[in-house]
Amino acid sequence: MNLPARHRVLLKRMLIACAVSFVFCFSLIPIYTIYCEITGINGKTGTLSPASASASGKQIDRSRTVKVEFDATVKAGLDWEFRPKVASVDVHPGEVIEVLFEAVNREPEAIVGQAVPSVAPNRASLYFSKTECFCFTEQPLQAGESKDMPVRFVIDPELPRNVSTVTLSYVFYRNDHATQRLAQSAVTVDNHTL
Amino acid sequence: MASYATTDHHDDHDHKPTGFFERWFMSTNHKDIGTLYLVFSLVMFLIGGAMALVIRAELFQPGLQLVHPDFFNSMTTVHALVMIFGAVMPAFVGLANWMIPMMVGAPDMALPRMNNWSFWIMPFAFALLLSTLFMDGGAPAGGWTLYPPLSIQGGNNVAFVIFAVHMMGISSIMGAINIIATILNMRAPGMDLLKMPVFVWTWLITAFLLIAVMPVLAGAVTMLLTDKFFGTSFFSAAGGGDPVMFQHIFWFFGHPEVYIMILPAFGIVSEIIPTFSRKPLFGYQAMVYATASIAFLSFIVWAHHMFTVGMPLGGQLFFMYATMLIAVPTGVKVFNWVATMWRGSMTFETPMLFAVGFVILFTIGGFSGLMLAIVPADFQYHDTYFVVAHFHYVLVTGAIFSIMAAVYYWLPKWTGRMYNETLGKWHFWLSTITVNVLFFPQHFLGLAGMPRRIPDYNPAFADFNMISSVGGFAFGITQLLFVWILIDCCWLKRGAKATQGVWESAKGLEWTLPSPAPYHSFTTPPKIDDRMLAHGDVTH
Repeated sequence: MNLPARHRVLLKRMLIACAVSFVFCFSLIPIYTIYCEITGINGKTGTLSPASASASGKQIDRSRTVKVEFDATVKAGLDWEFRPKVASVDVHPGEVIEVLFEAVNREPEAIVGQAVPSVAPNRASLYFSKTECFCFTEQPLQAGESKDMPVRFVIDPELPRNVSTVTLSYVFYRNDHATQRLAQSAVTVDNHTL
Repeated sequence: MASYATTDHHDDHDHKPTGFFERWFMSTNHKDIGTLYLVFSLVMFLIGGAMALVIRAELFQPGLQLVHPDFFNSMTTVHALVMIFGAVMPAFVGLANWMIPMMVGAPDMALPRMNNWSFWIMPFAFALLLSTLFMDGGAPAGGWTLYPPLSIQGGNNVAFVIFAVHMMGISSIMGAINIIATILNMRAPGMDLLKMPVFVWTWLITAFLLIAVMPVLAGAVTMLLTDKFFGTSFFSAAGGGDPVMFQHIFWFFGHPEVYIMILPAFGIVSEIIPTFSRKPLFGYQAMVYATASIAFLSFIVWAHHMFTVGMPLGGQLFFMYATMLIAVPTGVKVFNWVATMWRGSMTFETPMLFAVGFVILFTIGGFSGLMLAIVPADFQYHDTYFVVAHFHYVLVTGAIFSIMAAVYYWLPKWTGRMYNETLGKWHFWLSTITVNVLFFPQHFLGLAGMPRRIPDYNPAFADFNMISSVGGFAFGITQLLFVWILIDCCWLKRGAKATQGVWESAKGLEWTLPSPAPYHSFTTPPKIDDRMLAHGDVTH
């Protein structure tokens, strides 16, 4: 284009600004995740493991009991039953606890589900660490299959004093893409056996 | 008023392109492109208005009478998209095209070819958007904010809407770059930044807002597109994404967008009020700095649109106080407009009526905005008709009133003819009365708990809805009077010939040109005498 140099310089700068702004939009996703991890909001929980707890000299605080309640929800569009095996447990901070959730696939076909966790109250979430959880991975269930799903957690002894009850809740979503993949691989296996 | 038009304008050879196609489709002339933008905006205003009337007709009585609820939801969604991106924004770009080169003493926009592109993308973008109305599955019905998962549960319309938004974004960005280049590079010698008309200042700041946030909207809708068609999970919890994140990204665009639609309006009103008060604008520099502060604050208040999603207390407090802070620079502006009128020799021609109406009614919208900023109160008001009343006060009696004021103010300069003043006054008074009948009762409906975006409602809300619908139809019909006034002035040319100055004490470079403004103006930069500028005296 035969533009005066001052226009060309400005045009270039403005286009760069637009590109930066577009990239910034996508960078908001990691920023958002990191922000949630730092502040413990949006279901992001702490990262204390039993090993790191004992290494840092954190002992099980037997003088204190915290009630942990469990809550399970299935999102619309997924015909699963999903419930905790126990409604709540009393735990001492520092103790590693395992509880089971039970899921049953009521649909006539294999489905892959994905559980998304959340901890309430918010100020407790950074002190609540899951060391093993069915929410870490996709969960395939065959038609009619029932499965016990474990979650293992530990509460940091530094949990604020005024927190006496913590609720761990899960929502199960249908993972459409993984379900499709599962159905396709099942078809290939069938063809293979034929 | 003495003629300051320095050179060439006595020459009648305007060198307009001859054929219709060359003149309008291939034009690179800022005045022609400005006209195209304004005409396009008027057409979109009427289309969007017709959709609003479908909404008000359905809400005239409780129960489902006229349209299918799905279509009703499409109407609310497409009405908003058409009015925001098709009516208000192009109208301001059209005004910028017409006026900025004439106000800063430039011969044309800096990048005329790009100017042509940025306009001609728009009709295609809106053809895409409006074509969804005739598709299987209908137009988008998830609200103009396009929140997932609802917005991507539509059929083919999802892709159409997203590409339409991409195109509108590209058009806006090109327009913004052009405006920045014109203002920064093309001012006549002596037109210092702090001597520019306020309208030029507000547009300069608006253009920077556009460049900062339109790419963010483009990114957000691109993520929706890949979520829907390419298996990503940006906003799908099942795949590890988060639908609330869309709201954050959307409103990071959306709140500056609100000011993109009102800052040029502030500029227009700051031009008109001094003219008809026969006084210089009170606090010119304060106006410029207030505009810049509002633009800055607009980036840090986005989450006040989503207080109810479940936000930490600290976040709610931050966004509440930051939002309330915007009332300070906005208050400065309203104060300055009132102080400009104070003890002025005021006359009330149609542009001034619309400008004064703007000041009063926009302030009402501002106050209801302050109410919405209060977090505990917002939990009650969120997603009710109170919000609808609030943003229609700032957008209809704010942005749209300012655009009408601007059209009446500059129409004689554009066409060389006066409009019909009697009809103009009728247009103002009918519009002002009916728009209040239309939107004021919606405050009461919202406070009583009527949710927005519903085709049917509790019979308890019937009376106020009926009043609102009557106001809506009256307001809609009144705008046909506006169309007639335009035809009467531009086409039938029945008005008196306009003088060069048009208004008794209008100041600024545009009033030194003959009326109608010649096709090519300021081909050599004008010699600027500070006395002919509205803000030539920087000590104001």
